[in-house]
Amino acid sequence: MPKKEIVPKKTPMAEQPPAERIHNFNEVPYGYTPEEAIAEARRCLECKNPRCVEGCPVGIDIPGFLKLIAEGDFQGAANLIHQANALPAITGRVCPQETQCEVVCALCKKYEPVAIGRLERFVADWEAAQGVLPVPPLPPPTGKKVAVVGSGPAGITVAADLAKMGHEVTIFEALHEPGGVLIYGIPEFRLPKEIVRREVDYVRRLGVKIVTDFVVGRTATLEELLQEFDAVFLGTGAGLPWFLNIPGENLSGVYSANEYLTRVNLMKAYLFPEYDTPVARGRRVVTIGGGNVAMDAARTALRMGAEESIIVYRRSREEMPARLEEIHHAEEEGVQFMLLTTPIAFHGDEQGRVKELECLRNELGEPDESGRRRPVAIPGSNFRIPCDLAIIAIGQSPNPLIPTTTPQLKIGKGGVVIVDEKTMKTSIKGVFAGGDVATGGATVILAMGHARIAAKAIDEYLRTGEW
Amino acid sequence: MNRILEKQVLSDVTKLMVVEAPLIARKAQAGQFVIVRISERSERIPLTIADFDREAGTITLIFQQVGKSTEEMATLEVGDHFATVVGPLGRPTEIERYGTVVCVGGGVGIAPIYPIARALKEAGNTVISIIGARTRAYLFWEDRMRAVSDELIICTDDGSYGRKALVTEPLKELLETRGNEIARVWAIGPTIMMKFVSLTTKPFNVPTIVSLNTIMVDGTGMCGGCRVELTSGQRFVCVDGPEFDGHQVNWDNLLARVQFYREQERLALEHWRHKCRLEEVVAQEEARTSVATGR
Ligand SMILES: Cc1cc2nc3c(=O)[nH]c(=O)nc-3n(C[C@H](O)[C@H](O)[C@H](O)COP(=O)(O)OP(=O)(O)OC[C@H]3O[C@@H](n4cnc5c(N)ncnc54)[C@H](O)[C@@H]3O)c2cc1C
Ligand code: SF4
Ligand code: FES
Repeated sequence: MPKKEIVPKKTPMAEQPPAERIHNFNEVPYGYTPEEAIAEARRCLECKNPRCVEGCPVGIDIPGFLKLIAEGDFQGAANLIHQANALPAITGRVCPQETQCEVVCALCKKYEPVAIGRLERFVADWEAAQGVLPVPPLPPPTGKKVAVVGSGPAGITVAADLAKMGHEVTIFEALHEPGGVLIYGIPEFRLPKEIVRREVDYVRRLGVKIVTDFVVGRTATLEELLQEFDAVFLGTGAGLPWFLNIPGENLSGVYSANEYLTRVNLMKAYLFPEYDTPVARGRRVVTIGGGNVAMDAARTALRMGAEESIIVYRRSREEMPARLEEIHHAEEEGVQFMLLTTPIAFHGDEQGRVKELECLRNELGEPDESGRRRPVAIPGSNFRIPCDLAIIAIGQSPNPLIPTTTPQLKIGKGGVVIVDEKTMKTSIKGVFAGGDVATGGATVILAMGHARIAAKAIDEYLRTGEW
Repeated sequence: MNRILEKQVLSDVTKLMVVEAPLIARKAQAGQFVIVRISERSERIPLTIADFDREAGTITLIFQQVGKSTEEMATLEVGDHFATVVGPLGRPTEIERYGTVVCVGGGVGIAPIYPIARALKEAGNTVISIIGARTRAYLFWEDRMRAVSDELIICTDDGSYGRKALVTEPLKELLETRGNEIARVWAIGPTIMMKFVSLTTKPFNVPTIVSLNTIMVDGTGMCGGCRVELTSGQRFVCVDGPEFDGHQVNWDNLLARVQFYREQERLALEHWRHKCRLEEVVAQEEARTSVATGR
């Protein structure tokens, strides 16, 4: 084979200009054209031992689908991706490719990696543009019933897989709209809700019944579900927001990112008063945290009319867990970063509304358990950031509602449901779990990957009855 | 499901609805609540379950028209459906045989205090109830409350019915005269009333349970918008409550939090009233033109 000519940089992807997009909720990147996609896919070196596949949490045959794109066989590429990934239009947009497949790409030694994420997105969008995805022929019903709790990426993936195996699946969702974090958390400008609705619709067309407004642990307990269903999958996510436990945190105008994003995304507070749910529109908004959730909140605040949107993060930029693209987009949009800064108190006005965040400056000390250098506060470095809205985005853990109403369910550190990673079996016979509920706040792709493992194990359990 | 089977006008600002919700009725217990949405554009509104009928599969909701959402809800009629009715949420009241207990219900709080008083009575307690409202027209369920109480004291702010007093006055007298008899006090009503009930019982050291009506979004512990500060730390009202020890609540913080959206609420109400008026005008206009054109 003749040696390939190397193209050093990624094919650029067109985007909505920052000055324009901070006034709307439309998606930021437009996606590749077929020509761009083919050009980009051709950059792949077709490695013998492709590191990218090892980097992918679900082991997508990356060089395989890139080759098909390069040949213009987009449908073939789509089919290949689907074998390992049920939600490519979503993961292509939200996966942290720079720490997964792209970081280990052979090109990375000297050049920019292949834009694997953008190409995954391209293929999925191309497929959707061809019309409604047909439902595959379903096998005869097995007569087995499975309850899936939660309709996030874990729940919808497990439901689709099980339905395709002929099982009768019902999803129970606490909120009024299915989709989990994809609907209530991740904003429209990063993941259009239409895509999530399309996936949910596909699951419905597979014959899955979706019951919204049903809180397991309250409307019915897990035990009660087990009386009616042959198996249960818990995909309830990590919805419990953490707070800082610092003075003034309960002042008005201090939100968890979950509350802020839910009000804006799920409840459409940006259309108030056409929609009923209000949200505070801060002029100077401070967001605390350095992950995707923090970037989403800070960028949403801009779109809600903030004049200044400031991110306060206690470590340095390199340690920010957010996707690189999100940090980059936030910067382009004018979000300010106050790094190496630890909040210590909120201060309010006479009406109990937040007006300042008091912080300490940090310097980097010795590495901690995570291997990242620990931020150490500099005594006496106190300073105050004026703000009229503060958003806390420092992490979340699984909601304790089901564990507290199901004493037999074994729970580990941080409130996660303990599972056997090969089968996603929990401590209760017939109950499986996966996604954020088993890991704590993680990623869409891991949730999807867990669900795939669980679907196989559930199928086996239903067929053999063996636990 | 979610269909309104019955509607009663308890006062010009207080409505009662019996809603078909078999899954919720099956599980509901005193002290719990539901979240409803009127339509796709609505906010999620927490309402206490004032009563339930497991056989009939219904729950009873009572609400006061205090803003846009509750005004709109009051326009719903028998046969209409809520977009969402989810629950039962929150922890049930801890019902035990305590001895003599006092149940205080203020305004629309009479609705949620009723199932608690009933459950306490059924558990063998001597129940003294105090219900109050601004004026006679806003009182309701006197008969129901009487049926589950050994003693019932009624007050109105303006003296138009019962005693002219705030609920805290007869409560204080009870505590002064029979303080060591009273094992526990429950209070449900406006936040300010619950605050003053707690302040009243505090010197007597009588455990006082209040049911907090904070701002909520999901009602499942996901947003933290409902959080409240207790002396023992922060709690989420929707999952850890709604009932808490009134002596532990940071009332001033709570009062500020429940008023946070007052300006937006005013805007929403204005916007809605304006829209309703417009619709009326359009309807009249259409009626007129259709008459004129003979259609
Ligand atoms: C703002 C934000 C941005 C993010 N950005 C990214 C990103 O860019 N890339 C990425 O990979 N990941 C991102 N994540 C993380 C990612 O969204 C999660 O890892 C993923 O959604 C987990 O999926 P899941 O199916 O386990 O749970 P979830 O998506 O959390 O879904 C759980 C569902 O279960 C429901 N539920 C919970 N309890 C009950 C109950 N008792 N009864 C019934 N239903 C219940 C919930 O309402 C919810 O709908 C982000 C998260 C947030 C909050
Ligand atoms: S590591 Fe990079 S170059 Fe090698 S196969 Fe994967 S995408 Fe292509
Ligand atoms: S209402 Fe959201 S956590 Fe209580």
